[in-house]
Amino acid sequence: MRFPRFLENYLARHAQVALSSLGRLYRAPLASLMTAAVLGIALALPTGLYVLTDNLQRLSTQWDGGANISLFLRDSVATEQAQQLQRKLQQWPQVDSVQLITPDQALAEFRELSGFGDVLDALQDNPLPAVIAIKPATAHAHADAAGALMQKLRDLPEVDIAQLDLQWVKRFHAIVDIVRRSIWVLAALLGLAVLLIVGNTIRLEIQGRHTEIEITKLIGATDGFIRRPFLYSGFWYGLSGAVLALLLVELAFFQLHGPVRQLAGLYQSAFSLQTLSFAETVALLGAGATLGLLGAGLAVGRHLAAIEPDHLG
Amino acid sequence: MIRFANVCKRYPQRGDALQGVSFHLAAGAMAFLTGHSGAGKSTLLKLIALLERATRGQLFVDGENLSRAPRRRIPMVRRKIGMIFQNHHLLFDRTVFDNVALPLVIAGYRHQEIGRRVRASLDKVGLLGKEKVLPITLSGGEQQRVGIARAVVNKPLVLLADEPTGNLDPDLSRDIMHLFEQFNQVGVTVLIASHDLELISRMPYPRLQLENGRLLNGEIVSKP
Repeated sequence: MRFPRFLENYLARHAQVALSSLGRLYRAPLASLMTAAVLGIALALPTGLYVLTDNLQRLSTQWDGGANISLFLRDSVATEQAQQLQRKLQQWPQVDSVQLITPDQALAEFRELSGFGDVLDALQDNPLPAVIAIKPATAHAHADAAGALMQKLRDLPEVDIAQLDLQWVKRFHAIVDIVRRSIWVLAALLGLAVLLIVGNTIRLEIQGRHTEIEITKLIGATDGFIRRPFLYSGFWYGLSGAVLALLLVELAFFQLHGPVRQLAGLYQSAFSLQTLSFAETVALLGAGATLGLLGAGLAVGRHLAAIEPDHLG
Repeated sequence: MIRFANVCKRYPQRGDALQGVSFHLAAGAMAFLTGHSGAGKSTLLKLIALLERATRGQLFVDGENLSRAPRRRIPMVRRKIGMIFQNHHLLFDRTVFDNVALPLVIAGYRHQEIGRRVRASLDKVGLLGKEKVLPITLSGGEQQRVGIARAVVNKPLVLLADEPTGNLDPDLSRDIMHLFEQFNQVGVTVLIASHDLELISRMPYPRLQLENGRLLNGEIVSKP
């Protein structure tokens, strides 16, 4: 593709200014790094919390996705009746699978898992009821639908108690939701902080290059020409802050990765931590760069107009 | 090229700096602007370069009415004018080459073109070979010549100089003046503010004489 000449010139000039702004930051590595670090920390905080709650939310959807309804049948219900009920429920469209656990099976399982074998031997007869474990179909797996299904099952004559242990999952959801909302408040505040930090850094840079600005104005530089390097500086500050934030978050979650896997393993869960997706990474870098650009824009708008060459000789 | 019509400049604190100044400097002419310090020489030059705005009256540069020029026109007007200052106004953290290249960079010239023109300009002021040097290592006369190279590098229509020889000894001053003559010979309109009467009295160019903000002579200055 061939650009028109003026556009080619324009792009070349922008690329040149962008690179020289980057070079300017590179030539004062310590100061630039400090600024980038402050921005990085400010951006890492909401990003880290976002990743954390994202994982919590994913974890809790795993829980309520696996919401099983347990039907404890009345003692009076014989095994054949229970099997009949199992077959009947299997036909329901809301139901994915039905598993019948007879009192004997339940007792055997309990004996094996609990380690109370000896105590159970002392019992005269089996105190455990027959249980039908129902896994709702995917469309009915979330909390509300599963609740409705449970209401319906509770009304069956064979059922003594129907249990859907989702209350706490709901509460957990609510808490995560609140935390998520407060992250946006935090993100807004820290975004403002980024804006001010970049603005102040650029303001100092403008002051430091006061003479240069004056001279270039004297020679006929347009406002755009003078503004451009500062805007690019802000852009680079914001972007490098975002990259640093990304590294911090990835590093922190990399640290947690092993322990979380181990913990999940103890709960027979395949859950593992996930950090930022590609789209979220792009969003973070974009947000950093945009905030940097905006902060620089604010500083430039306020302070450049004040510099006018009004002395000759 | 430069025309003043009854121009006044009043500063809020200092009062009138220029009163009813009218003159016409034709394209390709060269003239000196003289007067005691505080007579308004600098103010007059500032008005031409739009560093100040006239309080009253009208002034034209290259046919453009500057008293009506909006703010965004200012850079374009300044690009037609090469300015030379007594204390050079160089960027001391950049090489001689970068200093001279600045007007071209601002105007968006291409890389090769910049190199060619900067070298030509430095050659003209006799500083070819000092491109990579920082201005701080140069003598006062050399720094002034860097300033001149920068002023002429984008081939301006007008050269304005404010006390260009103020800090130089007579020999160097003569060299600098000779440079201005050379630029004038290729068609640049030149206006030099100076109080070095001894030097300019030996040169065959008209004088615009300011006294307390008023022009004493030289209504029309045309090409000699």
